[in-house]
Amino acid sequence: MAETITLELARYRPEQETEPTFQSFDVPFREDWVVLDALNYIKDKLDGSLSYRWSCRMGVCGSCGMMVNGEPKLTCATFLSHYMPGPVRVEPLRYFPVVRDLVIEMTDFMVKLQSVKPWIVREEEKSLSEGEYLQTPEQLDTYKQFSMCINCMICYAACPVFGLDPHFIGPAAIALAQRYNMDSRDQGSQERLDILSQHEGIWDCTFVGECTKVCPKHVDPAGAIQQYKLTATKEWFKDFLMPWRAK
Amino acid sequence: MTQQRTVPKSAIHNSQSAIQSIAYTEYHPRWYRRRISTYWWIRSWAYLKFTLRELTSIFVAYFVVLTLLQIRALNQGPEAYAEFQEWLKTPLLVALNTVSFGFVLFHTITWFNLTPKAMPLRLGGKRIPDVLIAAPNYVAWLAISTVVAWFLLGE
Repeated sequence: MAETITLELARYRPEQETEPTFQSFDVPFREDWVVLDALNYIKDKLDGSLSYRWSCRMGVCGSCGMMVNGEPKLTCATFLSHYMPGPVRVEPLRYFPVVRDLVIEMTDFMVKLQSVKPWIVREEEKSLSEGEYLQTPEQLDTYKQFSMCINCMICYAACPVFGLDPHFIGPAAIALAQRYNMDSRDQGSQERLDILSQHEGIWDCTFVGECTKVCPKHVDPAGAIQQYKLTATKEWFKDFLMPWRAK
Repeated sequence: MTQQRTVPKSAIHNSQSAIQSIAYTEYHPRWYRRRISTYWWIRSWAYLKFTLRELTSIFVAYFVVLTLLQIRALNQGPEAYAEFQEWLKTPLLVALNTVSFGFVLFHTITWFNLTPKAMPLRLGGKRIPDVLIAAPNYVAWLAISTVVAWFLLGE
């Protein structure tokens, strides 16, 4: 008989139960299967009512982040073979409200992300005839690492500060703010400073460092936050020494 | 059945207040929110280290106070300073200072290792390796400690 592996999935069906329960499924074990493949197998063959998010299967879309044996992981990049002989426990991302089964509610993150203006802000847009905004490879290199973020929210699930204080704007949003702050084409850093230098911005972070460890795209949000603390401190001193500088 | 599923326009458009309010997610009756265990901080070494750092910052503050007291004693003259030194030799103070020193060391190492993260310096278009940014801190630390030790033990 072919080898199997047991998956213990967190189920939460709000119309039936008031809190999540676990349900076990045996799936065939294949060397090249990731946790997401097993979930798809369960949905197709065993229980079509299972709810979870996924899309690209290749670590680009950032939809399939879940807790796998207590660790926040992209399930499309987490091989079953790593957990043999099992069981593998899959839960929705920690610290977020659960909508159903493995699906979390993410509007809060979306609002936070938008608040840091993660796009190129120009004081005045160039006209089309003036051409594009040019950038050298060196200038690209300064922020490229932070631009790899896929908004999978795995760093939020690793951050106890976010768990204890849901108002914390969080690792990914700050890393993306820093991505645009460091972009040579951007002029919006002052606008972002007002959001980021609040207590719920960078100063909530007490450097646990787990966000960087769990990031599937090696973005290093912890680094971005520490860099930004330095920037915010410098700005504060400048405003303090030169009060006429403040708007 | 109409649930409060629609995103209030204010939540999306008024991004200024985004951090202050998590209005949309807060009161949904059917979303499940897991309570965070009281013991979350002993679940992993990283969390424990973080909690230790938070709690033991008390010892760093204690060292600062101790140094201030020492300066005050020095200011009050040789007798007061000799008395202060005697006080430092009591077993309780020796024990307290040994423990504090351990934690101050822990904080120092944390901060030294943090410098490359906070200051990613670039030279000739390339990022300087983290080790090269952290190392000068340790070198300076060693050099200053050697000078202090020379003063203290040299006589």
